[in-house]
Amino acid sequence: MSRRKFMKIAAVAACCFSTGSFAANDVLKIGFVGVTSGPAAAWGISNQRSMETRAAWINETGGYTIGDKTYDVEIVAFDDQKDPKRAIAGMEKMAQEGIHYVVGPNVDDGAAAVRPVAEKNGIMYFPYAFPKELYSAPASNAVLGMVANYQSGPAIYKHLMENNGVKTIAFVAANESDPLSQRDSGVEAAKALGLEVVSDSVTYQVDTTDFTPVILPVLKAKPDLLVLSGVSPANAPQLIRSARELGFTGLMSTETAQDATVLQEGAGELANGFISVGGASTPELASDMMREFVDRYTKMFGEYNDESNTKVYALEYILETLKADPSAIESVEAFQAQMDTFEAPNPYMVGDAKLTYVGMSSFGQKRQVAVPLVVNVFNDGKFETMFVAEVD
Amino acid sequence: MEQILANGLYLGAQYALIALGLTLIFSLMNVLNFAHGQMYVFGGFVTYTVVAQLGLPFIVGLIASAVTLAIIGALIERFLFRPVIRKSQREESTMLLAAGIAFFLDAVILLVFGEKQRGVPKIIDGVFNWDFRLIMPYDRILICVLAIALIAAFILFMQYSKAGRAMRALAQDRVAAQLMGVDVNRYSMIGFALGAMLAGVVGGLLVTITGINLGMGGPTSIKAFLMIMIGGAGVISGAIAGGFILGMMESVGLTALASYGDITYLVIFASLMVFLAIRPQGLMGKPWG
Repeated sequence: MSRRKFMKIAAVAACCFSTGSFAANDVLKIGFVGVTSGPAAAWGISNQRSMETRAAWINETGGYTIGDKTYDVEIVAFDDQKDPKRAIAGMEKMAQEGIHYVVGPNVDDGAAAVRPVAEKNGIMYFPYAFPKELYSAPASNAVLGMVANYQSGPAIYKHLMENNGVKTIAFVAANESDPLSQRDSGVEAAKALGLEVVSDSVTYQVDTTDFTPVILPVLKAKPDLLVLSGVSPANAPQLIRSARELGFTGLMSTETAQDATVLQEGAGELANGFISVGGASTPELASDMMREFVDRYTKMFGEYNDESNTKVYALEYILETLKADPSAIESVEAFQAQMDTFEAPNPYMVGDAKLTYVGMSSFGQKRQVAVPLVVNVFNDGKFETMFVAEVD
Repeated sequence: MEQILANGLYLGAQYALIALGLTLIFSLMNVLNFAHGQMYVFGGFVTYTVVAQLGLPFIVGLIASAVTLAIIGALIERFLFRPVIRKSQREESTMLLAAGIAFFLDAVILLVFGEKQRGVPKIIDGVFNWDFRLIMPYDRILICVLAIALIAAFILFMQYSKAGRAMRALAQDRVAAQLMGVDVNRYSMIGFALGAMLAGVVGGLLVTITGINLGMGGPTSIKAFLMIMIGGAGVISGAIAGGFILGMMESVGLTALASYGDITYLVIFASLMVFLAIRPQGLMGKPWG
């Protein structure tokens, strides 16, 4: 190649690249700090993939306009391995990258651990963890990304008392902070409703592979309703299967989100009747946008995860709130001020559902996304809506 | 009580089969294979893929798991452990390599099979119910019988086949076996492949009952190490005894200690510490190795 020809090509290439950079959108970085490896990987991966699917969709369709600028959305992910120390490191990385909005962490201790880092560095974060002190004043920067068990549990128990004549209840939980705190608040709610708690002391190791010996003492108490407190999607089918194979014929429920395919593969028809909490998952609730999200997620990652019905919301809330007040891109104080009055149409549900911040009754301030409380019942490989309620 | 004993027997059979592969590799090569649990998980996912995704019979899935893991085991021995053992006299080199393989397999499993819990349909429907004193699903009974049959087949293979005798000779004294004409490299590779295959077969068997997920590898390795510490590292009969003892302790503990919370493994670990202080070589191990 002659020197002149080389220079020509270089000049053209430089022109192309510089033109490209002028035409490209600015980048808006949104963080994710959560668990994407180990036994609880499904929780964080469904978060991360939901965000990546939505970001790719936005970018493909020209970007997201906030104020007078259009942005490409970039998801910066960090695997905290369900370790609070790693979660802190992840949040510090987000701060170093100048990120002000982070989804996660997925568990209680991780969410509590990152609070000082987030508040010091001006980061709003959306944990999937339930401790009330994270969302109540003086805490200011955490926004609960889902419905808490102390909100969904009483609604489920009350529904089952009124419609199924449930009088006795038993709890079983993994020996970890999240499930144990969910069990304790579930027991409290059940007692407040007048249910007789016949067993609440049985716990299991999170890595248990055979649940028959675990569940045997619980079933001896013959509860009408067996609550699998904070059960992970990996353990739920095995617990259900063990309980049914041991002859338990009562109702079973949990306040965590589950995946229909996992239940079907792990427990088959034994999982029929299992009650769990979902998002806009069922056909009668999902909008066209929700259906397109599911399609895009499936194309991008090969298989959908029903937990994403809830987890699709956090990024949408962040973007819509920033759109409502563009100065919030650099100022979480502006974001917090906007949260009190923010309202936008919920694109993932049919009807006139709204995106809005709630939490006044539980936390005394609006620090929770208004995800619909959709209680599902599993039947023959898919979820059916049992009832829909609102938080707050 | 009948239920507790049956649960313990079922758990013990599967645990023993897991421990066999680990102790075989340890006895032949003095390698603590920290990736044993990940091999178990890999085997489970292979069976899942063949049975649930491709729709082939369960036995095909089980054979696919056995073959896949045997090949993986042979390759790991040939291209990773053998060069490291040749070049390094330090035992921690192989331990670090094994830990690295465990992390690598975890990453491969996540990439290839995904993060979700997986399972295949029950291979036999129905539950054996003896007047509510003993309840055991038929598929668990079948898996228990298969596990015991595989343990028996393994013992017979080690006892009477040429390869089995060569591997036992290797385990007893590597140098003496070499002087007697045993091809050390060949039988080390066969032994590692066999150990990995056993892990894969257990994963394949249990995917029908417990399902399989990415996070099961580490805890499975820990339990396998517990078993061979109880029975005596590198001793086949010790691994079997360790498996059944751990299974029975778990079953009894989970029932008898249920009202005190999740303290079964706390009690097991505490008991093991006391036991090892008294008998560090385990039940059937020799103090000199």
